[in-house]
Amino acid sequence: MHDKTRIRTTINGEPQDLLCEPRQSLLECLRDIVGLTGTKEGCNDGNCGACTVIMDDRIVASCLVLGVEAEGATITTIEGIARGSQLHPIQRAFLENAALQCGVCTPGFIVAAKALLDQEPHPSEERIRLYLANNLCRCTGYDKIVRAVQQVAAIEEAPQ
Amino acid sequence: MKWFNYAAPQSLDQAVALMAANPGARPLAGGTDLLVQMRSGRKETDYVVDVKRVPELNEIAYDPARGLTLGAAVPCYRIYGNASVARAYRSLAEVAALIGGTQIQGRASIGGNLCNAAPSADSVPLLIALGGRCRIVGTAGTREVAVEDFCTAPGRTVLESGELLVSINLPPPAPVSGARYLRFIPRNEMDIAVAGAGVQVVMDNGRFLSARIALAAVAPTPLFVREAGDSLAGRAVSVASLAEAAELARRAARPITDMRGTAEYRRHLCGVLTRRALEAAIEIAREAR
Repeated sequence: MHDKTRIRTTINGEPQDLLCEPRQSLLECLRDIVGLTGTKEGCNDGNCGACTVIMDDRIVASCLVLGVEAEGATITTIEGIARGSQLHPIQRAFLENAALQCGVCTPGFIVAAKALLDQEPHPSEERIRLYLANNLCRCTGYDKIVRAVQQVAAIEEAPQ
Repeated sequence: MKWFNYAAPQSLDQAVALMAANPGARPLAGGTDLLVQMRSGRKETDYVVDVKRVPELNEIAYDPARGLTLGAAVPCYRIYGNASVARAYRSLAEVAALIGGTQIQGRASIGGNLCNAAPSADSVPLLIALGGRCRIVGTAGTREVAVEDFCTAPGRTVLESGELLVSINLPPPAPVSGARYLRFIPRNEMDIAVAGAGVQVVMDNGRFLSARIALAAVAPTPLFVREAGDSLAGRAVSVASLAEAAELARRAARPITDMRGTAEYRRHLCGVLTRRALEAAIEIAREAR
């Protein structure tokens, strides 16, 4: 039997200890150990962005991060975006703009869009498209997603 | 992925000792290549040494007299977010923003791009053009290798078992100089180069003092085309001098035909990209004057 490693993280504002194998990705740790299944596995090789989470203020593909690399890290997943039953403005904008169909890419898009708007509250359309270029959607054709993010970006005050 | 042991040493000495004690150990920086290759079975190891907590591999330091020290594990976003890099090595900031998307740039490092030794690596032709040197540390000590001599074959480098790439050092830019990497991809963003050209020019009154040119994705390794750059030394900027350098780069390319393009097309691209990259670098040098 191989030993597991204990990892201390903060996930969605709560301290969280994980007991994981070094070979387990952060994505597997979140889904299979912590039970946060909102983060999706798409390609599992960094191309599709469905597994995007915020790790220490940067978005990462959680399939390309080992759980053990997250020692001491602060992580935000899709489950940490809404405030209780209050949806985040980005989530509301996705609903209002019908910016999702099958929904598999949606958690990654919303997490990435939140990271963008936290850093830059009023990005241009071009900036939004470039920042989200590592998130793939096979349903919407992207326009509705970009429009949803633009709608939030047009709000005067930065979303919290 | 197969089972492996993992360690995240806090010092270079510890990292080197771990690499030496575990033959076949793989250093892990951003992991955007390594983890994909381990998952697919293309690379195997039973020991992963995470080098991101080693200060020397995480440093990004600029000194006008000594140039840039770029730790091998510094992720792309820290490179293009660094004010000194943006000022003194604009082309490096641009290439760091060119590799992958936002998520990849949050992890991937230029040192990793170099160690992965893909012929198509976007940062490597530019590092060669900028005269970069690799600082390598092993139990036997420290050695330096020019970036153009670092990759030896697809996926292979001069690193001996147990050695680590610690940093890439770029000399300070000459007062009137410019550099640029251009690649051709069929999409607008996020693709693997069909071909690429990295150039640096040092100018004086409309003449080239020197130039360095390197190519991507047209040989088993990133390709330094010394003769193409040297052909410009002492000459005036002209259609003819640029065309000659571009032709020398085109002739030096040794491309293959694959799903991304034919050998003929790639060779053609080498000429076009070299000329365009030179024109862009000359323009940047003019602005710098």
